Amino acid sequence: MKDKIARIKENIEKSLQEIKTGKELYELKVNYLIGKMSEIPSLMKELGKADKDERPKLGQMINGLKDWATEVIAEKEKAIAEIERRARYEAETIDITMPAKKREEGSLHPVTVIKNELVEIFSGMGFMVMETREIEDDFHNFTALNTPKEHPARDKQDTFYISDDLMLRTHTSPGQIHALKTLKPPFKVIVPGRVYRADDDATHSPMFHQMEGLAIDKKVSLCDLQGMLDVLVKKMFSSNVKTRFRPSFFPFTEPSVEVDVSCFECGGKGCKLCKGTGWIEILGGGIVNRKVIENCGLDPDEYTGFAFGFGLDRIAMLKYGINNIHILYEGDVRALKQFKIL
Amino acid sequence: MLAPLSWLKDFVDIDVTPEELEKKLFGCGFEVEEVIRYGDKIDKVVTCKILEITQHPNAERLRICRVDAGKYGILQIITNAKNVNVGDIVPVAVDGATLATGDRITSGELRGEKSYGMFCGGEEIGIDDNFYDGASGDGVLVFKDDFPLGEEDRDLLGLKDYVFDISVLANRPDCQSVFGIAREIACALGKPLKLPALDFNAGAEGDGEISVKVEDKELCPRYIAHLIKNVRIEKSPKWMSRRLALCGLNSINNIVDITNYVLLEMGQPMHAFDMKTLADKSIIVRRAKSGEKITTLDEKELTLSTENLVICDGEKPVALAGIMGGLNSEIENDTTGVLFECAKFKRDNIRKSSRTLGKSSDSSKRFEKGVDEYTTELSMKRALHLVCELGAGEVTSTHIDVSAGQAQLNKTVKTTFSAINGVLGIEVPKEKIIEILEKLEFKVEYNGDEITTVAPPYREDVESYPDLAEEIIRMYGYEHITPTLLKDAAITPGGYSAAQSDEMKLKRFLAAQGLSEAMTYSFYSKKDVAALNLPEGAKEGNNVVIENPISDNYEVMRETLVPSLLSAAARNLKRGNYDGRLFEIADTFAPCGDGFPIEEKKLCFVLFGDGEDFFTAKGVAECVAEFFGLKFDLSKRAEKSYLHSGVSAKILLGDSEIGFVGQAAYETAEKFDIDKKVYVGEINYSAIESAEKPTFKFSPLPKYQIVKRDLALVAPKDVTCGEIEGAIISAGKGVIRSAELFDVYEGAQVGAGKKSMAFGLEFYDDEKQLSPDDVDGIVKRVLGSLQHRYGVVIR
Repeated sequence: MKDKIARIKENIEKSLQEIKTGKELYELKVNYLIGKMSEIPSLMKELGKADKDERPKLGQMINGLKDWATEVIAEKEKAIAEIERRARYEAETIDITMPAKKREEGSLHPVTVIKNELVEIFSGMGFMVMETREIEDDFHNFTALNTPKEHPARDKQDTFYISDDLMLRTHTSPGQIHALKTLKPPFKVIVPGRVYRADDDATHSPMFHQMEGLAIDKKVSLCDLQGMLDVLVKKMFSSNVKTRFRPSFFPFTEPSVEVDVSCFECGGKGCKLCKGTGWIEILGGGIVNRKVIENCGLDPDEYTGFAFGFGLDRIAMLKYGINNIHILYEGDVRALKQFKIL
Repeated sequence: MLAPLSWLKDFVDIDVTPEELEKKLFGCGFEVEEVIRYGDKIDKVVTCKILEITQHPNAERLRICRVDAGKYGILQIITNAKNVNVGDIVPVAVDGATLATGDRITSGELRGEKSYGMFCGGEEIGIDDNFYDGASGDGVLVFKDDFPLGEEDRDLLGLKDYVFDISVLANRPDCQSVFGIAREIACALGKPLKLPALDFNAGAEGDGEISVKVEDKELCPRYIAHLIKNVRIEKSPKWMSRRLALCGLNSINNIVDITNYVLLEMGQPMHAFDMKTLADKSIIVRRAKSGEKITTLDEKELTLSTENLVICDGEKPVALAGIMGGLNSEIENDTTGVLFECAKFKRDNIRKSSRTLGKSSDSSKRFEKGVDEYTTELSMKRALHLVCELGAGEVTSTHIDVSAGQAQLNKTVKTTFSAINGVLGIEVPKEKIIEILEKLEFKVEYNGDEITTVAPPYREDVESYPDLAEEIIRMYGYEHITPTLLKDAAITPGGYSAAQSDEMKLKRFLAAQGLSEAMTYSFYSKKDVAALNLPEGAKEGNNVVIENPISDNYEVMRETLVPSLLSAAARNLKRGNYDGRLFEIADTFAPCGDGFPIEEKKLCFVLFGDGEDFFTAKGVAECVAEFFGLKFDLSKRAEKSYLHSGVSAKILLGDSEIGFVGQAAYETAEKFDIDKKVYVGEINYSAIESAEKPTFKFSPLPKYQIVKRDLALVAPKDVTCGEIEGAIISAGKGVIRSAELFDVYEGAQVGAGKKSMAFGLEFYDDEKQLSPDDVDGIVKRVLGSLQHRYGVVIR
């Protein structure tokens, strides 16, 4: 029996040296440790046949063998697992430079992206968003905005008419009239939307986008307009961009100003974008003309306000370096997809 | 507006550099678009006197001249010019000189003889006969003046000048002239303004037979005529033709040049009629008769309508009012009597006539912007002064002034200093306000906070205190405005409304589904509508029409976005972008009697490319429904002429049809030059916006296991997936939570007229855990129902 124990031990040792795979090791385990007919448990069964005096000692030896075998096999299992894992890693190693897999995303239109940015900035300053109709009558598009009959803006050259009185709005300024007539002052609104003018070349599109702004309260001044615009351009472009006012003329504001921002491309030194002037014309605005307030049934001695308007397309083009306005309206997916879901 | 610096200096003592002047003008509202420099290149071209001329020993055509060039000494110059003689004073470009053309001149050798410079003609100096007699010829310019020798010709001739091209704002028609700009400069520089000379001697006897009748006083509120006798038509003096040339006008003759000179200087267009051509010695200002004809100075015949204003003599039109004179009354070399016209015409009438007749002139451009009557009066005086100064004729006493009504009143504004400063938001000192307004020729009276101003007669734009505030700040300087953030204003809530916010989120959601947002024009052509092959009376074909489209491509307002997005798809396919998913949300337009058209927002999408089919498009539609927590019924076939009859569905929300999704019909696709399958969907977005939407509530997680079971069925071919799905769900009596098709097969193995369909079913009971036996029982019931209703059996 002792010999048998020694032989088993020897066989296990020998086998362990040769074994390379988990499968072989498992077979070894079945043969010697865990199988129904396996060697070590069989020894235990044979123990009954042994000499009574030797039984305790033999029992100890068999248990010793069992513990030893369990341990060495476990060690071997660990070692083989390690080898096999390493082999698996190796086998599964891939060419990581192959193309990524991702779901193709769509995109938001650049004008929408700019509109969202502006809405966010203006929301913070208490401006609500108002959308008004695109086909307007003479009153809202011109008369109420103090644009007299003789004004060139009324020329058929510039305006698309659908009847003597109705036209496609030429600016978002009619939004001022809707706001003044429907909202109770004090209020602040922005009116983004499509506008139409009979012009079609590389820098003009017969349809484009504007955003009108109007703040009505009891005491509003040019300083307030400048303060709001400072916030706007700093958030929109960068914190070191400056604004500059210069005199301008719009029938619905008085005084009227043209607002330039220092060129965000060259910082004001002069470059191609700002045509060497260091400044970029960005919007028009001013103090709401008393006649506009009057035309909407409010008292211009009680309420004052500032108004401004700018082209969303122009800002998108400036900000993203788009050189032809028609790119915005062609629907070419190669252009649109550059804009992501911002 | 072109304004030469030399001319401006007639009225203001300008002591700043042209660059500083440009900045000053910009600051007070006059952007200088360009500064055109004259004579700034030319250098070291000086006067010299020819002392001796000898033949070049080695060249027959060349002569050697010895000249006295003042401080440059006695020089030897070789020339091939034949028009120079001993004693002539001529321009010479000495060693190191630059010509007007920019070319450099250095000493050199010609056929073995040294030449220390080059004689110059008018071209090298940059002038012609308009500037100096003889300058247009081929040879060397021989001066007729006894100029000092060795002096720069640019200085002797006054060649150096700066012409400012200034853009004038629409509310400042008074600044469309050299004098008007000078007035602004005087104020900006704080210098006194000199008036142009206006004196004249109207000593010659007039002609009582001359009459002026204005029939349409609305279109011609003021008409002043003045008779000049014994006119001598001559060339204008050089100073005058030079100034006209700097402003881009050619010199014609003294009389015509005077009218143009006044136009440029005062901003008042004028006209001169030849008296001998005026029938009955009369002027009648009236609307043209329909079909009446006139041949203008540029020898073009125009056919007029009653919308055009004409100046007639006793018989016929002699000028197109405010735009151009008639050829029949043109000033000619034998003209001896001239009638000057200085008038005010209604600006929008001139603009409309100019546009409809396609005729624009310096005159019409000024009338379009507006001319004030004060300037009209002033300008006639200025013209008569120039007649005297030039000796162009004798000014008579015949002066006829027809005015529509009362004299023009200067605009008075009564306000307070605090109102003015309230607009600006800063405190401009009282004294400064008064100083600025007075410099701008306002009359100012004040008492405490109160101030009353009377605007100068040419300022028709000043109506109330905000106008004064603008005048003050543009002169005081915008840099004084200090930013404040609505410091006295109420707090107001900002941002998108719930509906606006939903729309923005939906756009992001669709973009996340791989769709790119497009924006296309709100108008398209009638051909685009025709491509839809619409039946009579279809709403898509009932369009708002643009009266004055700029092209056939944009003539109707769209009722549906489908043609726009099909065009976009076609453009992409043509450019080799074979895959694409686009969407747009935009207003559509439908006529509504004489009132405002109905504007409805629609959401449209188009899908094209290999991965797309009806079901991907249907998926987009379902996404929209899911976004709003709604359910669309997509089980009814659409009936649209522009959709594939077998591959399209209505979009129903409850009972109302709010859109469709499907493959574009082949005929329609063809009209857009699309030869591939393209899928479109359109949803009335306004209808979704106004639909009642469920409020989102969290559903608790299931307590028991969901049991899944697949069923492979064989169905007659015409039974639809929707029918089977419906039957399964209804036979499931609430326990079958979903039945989804995951495979369909037609072919030999299932036999003709049949198809195999595999559904995945989910079973769940709120009350208990379903056992396999429970499920078997339900399946049995389902199969019984399917067989009974549709002849569907298990495979």
